[in-house]
Amino acid sequence: MKKFSWRQAALVAAVVPMLALSACSSTGGKPAETGNAGGGGQAASTPRIKVALITHAPSGDTFWDIVRKGAEEAAAKDNVDLQYLNDPEAGRQAQLVQQAIDQKVDGIAVTLATPDALKDVLKKASDAGIPIVSLNAGENVSVALGAFTHFGSNEKLAGEAVGTKLAAEGFTHPVCVIQAQGHVGLEARCAGVKEEVPGTEILYVNGQDMTAVQSTATAKLQASKDVDVVIGLGAPITVTLIKSAADAGSAAKVASFDLNAELAQDIVDGKVLFTVDQQPWLQGYMSVDALWQKKRGGFTIGGGQPVLTGPTIVDKSNAASVLAFAQQGIR
Amino acid sequence: MASTTTLPPAPASKSGSRSDERMGRRSPFQKLLGRPEVGALVGAVVLFIFFSLVSSTFLTPSAFSTVLYGSSTIGIMAVGVALLMIGGEFDLSAGVAVISSALTASLFSWYFSTNIWVGVVLALGVSLGIGFINGYILIKTKLPSFIVTLATFLMLTGLNLALTRAVGGSVSSPSIATMDGFASARAIFASSINIAGIEFKNTIFIWIILVAVASWILLRTKVGNWIFAVGGDANAARAVGVPVTKTKIGLFMAVGFCGWILGMHNLFAFDAVQSGEGVGNEFLYIIAAVIGGCLLTGGYGSAVGGAIGAFIFGMANKGIVYAQWNPDWFKFFLGLMLLLATIVNLIVKRRAELK
Repeated sequence: MKKFSWRQAALVAAVVPMLALSACSSTGGKPAETGNAGGGGQAASTPRIKVALITHAPSGDTFWDIVRKGAEEAAAKDNVDLQYLNDPEAGRQAQLVQQAIDQKVDGIAVTLATPDALKDVLKKASDAGIPIVSLNAGENVSVALGAFTHFGSNEKLAGEAVGTKLAAEGFTHPVCVIQAQGHVGLEARCAGVKEEVPGTEILYVNGQDMTAVQSTATAKLQASKDVDVVIGLGAPITVTLIKSAADAGSAAKVASFDLNAELAQDIVDGKVLFTVDQQPWLQGYMSVDALWQKKRGGFTIGGGQPVLTGPTIVDKSNAASVLAFAQQGIR
Repeated sequence: MASTTTLPPAPASKSGSRSDERMGRRSPFQKLLGRPEVGALVGAVVLFIFFSLVSSTFLTPSAFSTVLYGSSTIGIMAVGVALLMIGGEFDLSAGVAVISSALTASLFSWYFSTNIWVGVVLALGVSLGIGFINGYILIKTKLPSFIVTLATFLMLTGLNLALTRAVGGSVSSPSIATMDGFASARAIFASSINIAGIEFKNTIFIWIILVAVASWILLRTKVGNWIFAVGGDANAARAVGVPVTKTKIGLFMAVGFCGWILGMHNLFAFDAVQSGEGVGNEFLYIIAAVIGGCLLTGGYGSAVGGAIGAFIFGMANKGIVYAQWNPDWFKFFLGLMLLLATIVNLIVKRRAELK
């Protein structure tokens, strides 16, 4: 057998591509700094207060990233020391609230995806005199659990908005793709769609693995040829579903919930019909701002009713203007 | 157990033949039944026939291509994980390391606006590096790989999130679709090949090549013998001169290499990667290897077995969708399928051992 030096081969394999390519990309990449990217202005002169924003978000979720950005921008303006905490597991989210109480924060903004797990600890917060705002999930239980207002979009309402629009455009057989089986909010969205379009089917995929999302959705579209629209419940999922439809050779159109820059671009390009945005940035921003307002003058916003941040529909007619903000990561 | 390509000696036959049974010749059929992956193969055939009967779409070529694609994204990793398992170790960081690799390539080339290929090569280095660190800590501390790689798993999960936010400003990596080198990288890692009018993802072929290479290494080279030896009994292996340290570290780096390939596929198939992905997938790879006949204790198994395990998983996963069953039951059926496939695997292997 001929002697073969792995060391040499590895060196060649590593160096040749490096040399062969000019190292710089002419397009794409990190844009040059554009100076003040927003969140500017002078901070309020009120004394610094501490606010905890505690969500049920899994780490690394794009939607919650936008909520957090809104909260951070409000915190910067209102001279607030913001602490962002998250845990998707109900019991541990309750522990985070307890920790916030222990730290004697001046306000708690909390998502109520699992009201039963949080009610005791929120009672403690109320007893300790800490004002509470709820956001995103739990508008029906918000007041009962001691929050003075709620910022969010009704998931079922959002689903119905999608269903109404689909029905109006003549679609009869949508597939609603849920990326986390048993998630109350996501199930409510699909239930809303189904209410307006009875032919709606549900497909569960593993949102932790994009290749699995793509191939499972492809399988579904190959199995049911009469599907005329696929609905993704999150922007990254929807972007993947476009590829599934192409792979399956299906004529099905794609619609979506939520938004990110790529999805906005796809709507501009006509690859996605429309999306329903619940304006997550507003949910974060308003929650922190409302707590500051409470401190500033005892104000309460909303008159005891939830303040809705959505649903708003983004389609070809307004996607271009939304795209610019989506690229900044706030839509 | 230096070279365990066949089963341990079968029990003496009852006929009381005078010749030493260890010297006896086994028929080709018995040899086949003695292979680690044969049980999984029977399980796969049963599952295939089952889904062919309950679903009309399952047998169409395009559906088959989808099933193979779903299998390949698990199978590519299962190759490395199966080798590692034969070598007697686990890697719980494998699922997240895939995403780490993709994020490295994406964020580096995006931040410095370099050609994509610079990021791709760097990611290979990082992936092999993660494998090396896993193996190095394992050897130096002599802790179980379960603990060592659990620690790396947690650290990588945190790093993925923190670094992506710090560098890219968002929890998802920025889209790199317009950058130089993207088209060529996509052609290599995430393209489709048209065979007789059906689109096959190239991950399927990468998977097959990896399985072939891994099988060749296991069955036809000195390194293959080392892998079986360190998995069977590391101390005994060391005593007969097997480089245990090098073999184990090399195996972890092989998992890293597979992770790099899959990571690059994820990146170039979807332009952007979410930093929270990959958690939990490490178990799918281990499951695939176990279904395929690799022993959890090491020293026994095959690369082909891991591939068949991944194929079983891919078939069950996609077949349920093709069969149009009530989606509420999806996970239940998936679990049941896996259990049945493994039991068939077990029965076949026991019968083979009794022969």
